Amino acid sequence: MERLTLTPRDVEYLVLEASVITPDAVCGKTLEEIAELPVLEGNTKWPLGRFFTITGKVADAAEDQGIIIDGDVPRVKYIGSKMTAGAVLCKGDVDMYCGAWMKGGRIRVKGNADAFAAIQMEGGDILFEGNVGDYCGASYRGDWRGMKGGNIVINGNAGVTLGEYMMGGKITVKGNVGINAGIHMGKGIGAKDPLPTIIIHGDSPGRVGAFMTRGNIYVLGTIEVMMPGFSPDGTEELEIDGVKTTFQILNGDHGEKGRGKLFVRT
Amino acid sequence: MSSEAQEGQTSNKITCTDVTCPVCGLTCDDIEVEVDDVSVVTRNACIMGDAKFKELRSSHRITAPLINGKEAPWSDAIDKAAEIFVNAKRPFFFIGSETATEAMSVGIEIAEMLGGLVDGNATICHGPTVMAIQDVGQVGCTLGETRNRADLDIYWGANPEDSHPRHLSRHSVFQRGFFTGQGRFGRQIMVVDPRRSTTAEHADLHLQLKPGTDFEVLNALMTILNGFEPHESFTEVTGISREDIYKAADMIKDARFGVIWVGLGIASTRGKHYNASMAMRLTQLGNKYGKFVILANRGHCNVAGFNEVLAWQCGFPYAVDFSTGEPRYQPGEYSTVDVLRRGEADALFCMCADLGAHLPKRAVERMCEIPVVSIETAEGPQAFISDVVLPGVLDGMECEGTFYRMDNVPCYARSFIDPPFDFTKSNEDTLIQLRDAIKRKLAARGKTTETVEGAAETGSKATTLSEEEYVQRLDTLLSQPQS
Repeated sequence: MERLTLTPRDVEYLVLEASVITPDAVCGKTLEEIAELPVLEGNTKWPLGRFFTITGKVADAAEDQGIIIDGDVPRVKYIGSKMTAGAVLCKGDVDMYCGAWMKGGRIRVKGNADAFAAIQMEGGDILFEGNVGDYCGASYRGDWRGMKGGNIVINGNAGVTLGEYMMGGKITVKGNVGINAGIHMGKGIGAKDPLPTIIIHGDSPGRVGAFMTRGNIYVLGTIEVMMPGFSPDGTEELEIDGVKTTFQILNGDHGEKGRGKLFVRT
Repeated sequence: MSSEAQEGQTSNKITCTDVTCPVCGLTCDDIEVEVDDVSVVTRNACIMGDAKFKELRSSHRITAPLINGKEAPWSDAIDKAAEIFVNAKRPFFFIGSETATEAMSVGIEIAEMLGGLVDGNATICHGPTVMAIQDVGQVGCTLGETRNRADLDIYWGANPEDSHPRHLSRHSVFQRGFFTGQGRFGRQIMVVDPRRSTTAEHADLHLQLKPGTDFEVLNALMTILNGFEPHESFTEVTGISREDIYKAADMIKDARFGVIWVGLGIASTRGKHYNASMAMRLTQLGNKYGKFVILANRGHCNVAGFNEVLAWQCGFPYAVDFSTGEPRYQPGEYSTVDVLRRGEADALFCMCADLGAHLPKRAVERMCEIPVVSIETAEGPQAFISDVVLPGVLDGMECEGTFYRMDNVPCYARSFIDPPFDFTKSNEDTLIQLRDAIKRKLAARGKTTETVEGAAETGSKATTLSEEEYVQRLDTLLSQPQS
């Protein structure tokens, strides 16, 4: 895999929309051409080279292309959005829409990610080593078809509304989550579609699986407030990440006549 | 009004009937106003409406443009304002609700022309309710239907006795309509509020839930209506007894025409738009038994109008970004508090809303860092932090215009008096003057600078168009439908 390194320069800006920081956009181009790729600061277009020093090698195909962002970019949006192959490594924080609409490839963020990370993801793998903001793995605003596939792992905590309208794929949160995890999960999926899965190792303040119609949510910590629309349905011993745990099974959300399953550690 | 003033000023006294009130979302249109040189007397208006009409003769009215707090000529103020926005990379336009839709329309047009952001009062009001409409859909009706048909009024997180004083007497509880001839005696009233509010005093059933548990109570009602038992923790979580929640479910089942009036207790507590989504799903479920509708008790007179106009002009109700040339919608990213809190905006236009008094501290701190232009009628925190203050005209009194009532019905408000200055006739006129000044500056910039910012092909190389051609080109660009 060829590595292309983007080092943030000491240039001030309000906020950048850099949907060109993907293996698909840079592969097959020269370093000069990459430096000329457009990024948006509000209503103004700038070349990418104004904000990043670009070094390294470029591959011919996206699947052989790796991009390393060597620093913090907490005000750069759309990193790795809509990528189909290759890999992106960010050594610091990233802003909104990291890995949004992603179809394939791998993203690893060593710092924190802001809101709307990995929304409407269809495939690929994302690892957030820090915390993520609200609406991780959710649907785009107004859409009722959320994440369809892929795998998201969050080592830190997640914000509110994790995996809204989730239709497939898997989200694992090692830390705690905000309210509304798995809200509207499973809407619009058929009996043959693979069920979406959320695994929460930490705690949740409540509203887990609200409006849920299908899918599985596993909570290994505690849920402070249980949704009234769930009813207990026995216990089961399951193996999660190599550890056997006994779960209480709850069905719901009965407010939506849902057939989702919520597993809470007893 | 004292008798002295009446005698002394009789020649200048104006009496006007059927005036439309520009205060709350009810847009009452039966106000009578008597105004002379020193005082204002109203009939039929509530305490809030009366206070607004008294602004016509208030001592703190801003009557001259201010630049950095000092009085300045009108042309200088417009020029300075235009200069601020032409230089901005991410100008933010906040369109307040104390103005007519015609003015809002021009404000949105300027934001689009400059590739900026636009947002309105809904963002800190019933915006979440509007998002819920997109989320699950609303069963709505007009206020006339609630007046004439409703036999169950549910006030959820709303206290109209205080927020919309004429709500109960004109549109719901006490009003005797076509099928509701018995007035209060033919209606059931349910109030869901953690406080024993003044509205709750009228209630047949008051669900006094724990603060922030609306979502759970709504979900429990839906669960019961679907034939299931709520989870065992329900009473402990919400503070509502099983007996009461089943009684509430029975009231919904027995209603022939039920209305859920949602207030900010739904839209601005934890969970935001999902609370309203759940309320709207409950409404849809209620339609299995009788007719059921849900209406938002919109606070300001034209806050619904902003959603209507923006949705009509670019397809989204609020929190819109035009920076790529096409409208993008994302509350949480392009909404007022978020844009300011994150430090994204580098110039702010605040029209007919005292943002300085209402936003969180971090947002106001950002407002102090960037140039701010405001349309204001009175001194206040917003005027204090503004670089340029353009005097505001009181819509519905000093100029005519359209207000959208809280059920999204447009009402035309006539004027009955002239503004106390002559450099502008209305807020719409002010914005048209500002828009033309910005157009002229953009055109001049098109000849001199390397890149053209904004809607006119962002980033393209300098053109050699004349000023006229340039304005024409901008007009063509703006008149084309957005793809």
